[in-house]
Amino acid sequence: MPDQETTNRASTSPAGDFVVREEVVIKFAGDSGDGMQLTGGQFTNTAALVGNDLATFPDFPAEIRAPVGTLAGVSGFQINFASRPVFTPGDSCDVLVAMNAAALKANLSGLVPGGELVLNSDGFDAKNLRLAGYASNPLEDGSLEGFTLHVMDVTKMTRETLQDYTLSTKEKDRSKNMFVLGFLYWMYDRPMQSSLDFLAAKFKKDPAIYEANAAVLRAGYHYGDTTETFATRYKVEPAKMPPGRYRSITGNEATGMGLVAASVRSGLPLFLGSYPITPASEILHYLAARKSFGIKTFQAEDEIAAICSAIGAAFGGSLGITTTSGPGMALKTEAMGLAVMLELPLVICDIQRAGPSTGLPTKTEQSDLLQAVYGRNGECPLVVMAAHSPSDAFETVYEACRIAVEHMTPVIFLSDGYIANGAEPWQFPQAADLPAIHPVFATAADADPERGFLPYRRDERLVRKWAVPGIAGLEHRIGGLEKQNETGNISYDPMNHELMVHLREAKIERIADFIPELRIDQGPEEGDLLLLGWGSTFGTCSAAVRDLNAAGYGVAHAHLRHIRPFPRNLESLMSRFKHVLVPEINNGQLVRILRDHFPRTFVPFNRIQGIPLRKSELMQAAVDVLRGVDAAGQTGLHSSASNAGGTPH
Amino acid sequence: MADSETLTAKSLVTDQDIRWCPGCGDYSILKQVQTVLPGLGIPREKIVMISGIGCSSRFPYYMNTYGMHSIHGRAPAIVTGLKATRPDLSIWLITGDGDGLSIGGNHFIHLLRRNVDCNMLLFNNQIYGLTKGQYSPTSELGKVAKSTPLGSIDHPFNPGALALGADASFVARSMDRDPKHLQQMLIRAAGHVGTSFLEIYQNCNIFNDGAFEALTEKSSKGANTLFLEHGQPLVYGMNSELGIRLDGFTPRSFVLDLEGSLEDCWVHDERDMVKAMILSRMFDDPGVPGSLPRPFGVLYAMERPVYEVMMEAQLAQAQAKRGIADSMEALDALIAGSETWTTA
Repeated sequence: MPDQETTNRASTSPAGDFVVREEVVIKFAGDSGDGMQLTGGQFTNTAALVGNDLATFPDFPAEIRAPVGTLAGVSGFQINFASRPVFTPGDSCDVLVAMNAAALKANLSGLVPGGELVLNSDGFDAKNLRLAGYASNPLEDGSLEGFTLHVMDVTKMTRETLQDYTLSTKEKDRSKNMFVLGFLYWMYDRPMQSSLDFLAAKFKKDPAIYEANAAVLRAGYHYGDTTETFATRYKVEPAKMPPGRYRSITGNEATGMGLVAASVRSGLPLFLGSYPITPASEILHYLAARKSFGIKTFQAEDEIAAICSAIGAAFGGSLGITTTSGPGMALKTEAMGLAVMLELPLVICDIQRAGPSTGLPTKTEQSDLLQAVYGRNGECPLVVMAAHSPSDAFETVYEACRIAVEHMTPVIFLSDGYIANGAEPWQFPQAADLPAIHPVFATAADADPERGFLPYRRDERLVRKWAVPGIAGLEHRIGGLEKQNETGNISYDPMNHELMVHLREAKIERIADFIPELRIDQGPEEGDLLLLGWGSTFGTCSAAVRDLNAAGYGVAHAHLRHIRPFPRNLESLMSRFKHVLVPEINNGQLVRILRDHFPRTFVPFNRIQGIPLRKSELMQAAVDVLRGVDAAGQTGLHSSASNAGGTPH
Repeated sequence: MADSETLTAKSLVTDQDIRWCPGCGDYSILKQVQTVLPGLGIPREKIVMISGIGCSSRFPYYMNTYGMHSIHGRAPAIVTGLKATRPDLSIWLITGDGDGLSIGGNHFIHLLRRNVDCNMLLFNNQIYGLTKGQYSPTSELGKVAKSTPLGSIDHPFNPGALALGADASFVARSMDRDPKHLQQMLIRAAGHVGTSFLEIYQNCNIFNDGAFEALTEKSSKGANTLFLEHGQPLVYGMNSELGIRLDGFTPRSFVLDLEGSLEDCWVHDERDMVKAMILSRMFDDPGVPGSLPRPFGVLYAMERPVYEVMMEAQLAQAQAKRGIADSMEALDALIAGSETWTTA
């Protein structure tokens, strides 16, 4: 169904041979072996370099090579690029690239009416049609009427381009994604140089493969020129973005980079203990390749060893980090409790995915929040923070490190699959502008002349000093058993236990004095409705609130980075609004925590489909709240009809 | 900084009350460690005791050094992170048969294969003591314990063989009731660069009293134990009247001077992995007619590359190639990456 973002794009005007578009959404879809992620990634880089604002959404199966030609094996990459601010990858696409019948079938419902289809005819033979479950060939049966079709035999043309190359057919076929990329570069008038540079670097050791890919990329571009002379070409002008220097960044890159930055700015060597898990593994890869920064990465035998090794490193005075996703998070639970008891700095990066159990490993969800906040044995408070976009992961994980080190506590940093794999332009900071990180190490002077060194003596923030082995006079023992206040010796005293529980809790709550207050991101400072989000719903909330306000609804948006402790002003900020709508990609987790803290009503809005929220649905939910209608889809039973009333203008 | 002190056994005692049961074998182990450590020439502040959970794991609280009493089974992982980042420390990993071989079995084998330089003391009492008497992964088949009223049907681990199977670079065995030997083994373990695995038979006088009686008591020790020394023939017996020779890959006991001479004995070579494996498989129930003696001492010791050293070498290699990137300039270059654009 058409959504507002799409219909608004009608403001096009011819510019020479080109039609100017404000915003375009392209979805690349093919077999998981067709290289669609790489193709999408290249289109993204080029769009970024051209100056468009953009957001991307890679969507791939968990299997590396699911059966060829099947719906299960379809891998997709969606990019929304525009000359205006972009907040989401788009509810639907304007262009669908389908490398085979299954890719078409899986994605056609997401193409706007009248949208453009770029189809590889070779992927529509009898076998592909059967595997995709088509009774007749959609290229021939008229079912694609109403769309603009660009049908080409990509495989054949790739092979013809490479007929003089001494490569195997299999090797030649591997570059067919470059043909499609070249065609789209032609269609959207993009320069090829960035991709040519990328290919040259990627195949540095294999010049023949580089030459082949480059030739096919150019062939795709020229194919557009020579055969589609009368087809429409489009221009998407650079977006008007705040002046400065930009780069493109994914969430996992930003997370890895933020950790390196925290290491450099704190002067602490970074140690990462990690066990491979989707969608967090790229952070391990990123840091493993940054050894010149003195970073040590340890691929542990399991999730528990991963976090425990990071605790060991933290005991020794390193910046201890562990990275994981939901199932691994569950395994790390006991060790997080140990870190809370030891009061050592530790950052646990949970790149959430759809659960429970193994769930949907490659799909996104915000469903580890309750686990992060509450999911440990005993009274076990720690800090919980969440990134809201790919580039925001840098700042948030950096801040997580700062709090962990300066407040001697484990911090859970939440990202998710959408943030991790999504990309956006980023006006990156200078190292010197990052806030300093000040670890407070104990020195021999801290040993009390009478009582010796007291490892759990606290300052006014209730923070103990970091006493690392190697310093004479500070020898002490710490552990998971309840400790006597100040001395750290084992204590079973009832009043001491209660005191320690309260001290550990108060230490975390007091961190609220050291974090920024929550502010309204967009919309009025008071009024009828506040959208209160966290994490990766930021883009959808921003786009929805922008459009709601443009349509005359006064709706505000605030987004939480700090979930434990909450910003000090959260309650007063919410009190300025009649309704608070809480959108989440889960079954209602932040809303439960809010209800735990604040005696007021909240309206949850939840989708649990393993994909980002749709702007159109969220707008509808907001309008329903304003109209006094029960928010759409709460029971989940009529969620699919929640958009039936159409979106407001 | 405090001036470097002369470490003594007494100064390694903490002010904490020891909570082990009276008569527990752990007391002896604690005493031998406190006796041996001062002679190693390691400053107190460089010594770290890391343990998991269980009776043995209370150990760090009784040692006036740095220490961490962590969570069940995970001490090897904590040690790995600590040693990887602090190669300057002398790390002693204290564990038991339940902690090290059951809940921590996975970490046990991975620590050994990586060869992180540390000393792992595994107190083996063949029972769960702290949880009050359940059978452990080293309890013998048929063990009647609280959780096995009809006897254990779990085949027990052979810790030495398990360690060698994980490519341990140092495997030794000793016992709480032989202080002198235990001290020697602690010194050997400390001297080995790499993971030193020292299994210590330890009597739990409450829940498994006498588990090693046949190996530790004067009346039977000689007949049932074989004390290994590098380069020396395998001789044992109440009066050193027995020898071990190798028949192919099979060890056989024989009476010296009657069935053969000292020259026929297998001469211990602690650098021989294959023979160490055969020694580790000498695991008969002691006292059973025809059983081979249980070897004590260093079964295997062969240094090979150490994990944290290789890790440091990789860092040095990367830094030699790309320069040490700890500056703001290097961070700025990382953040900017290779492709940027500027808007006015």
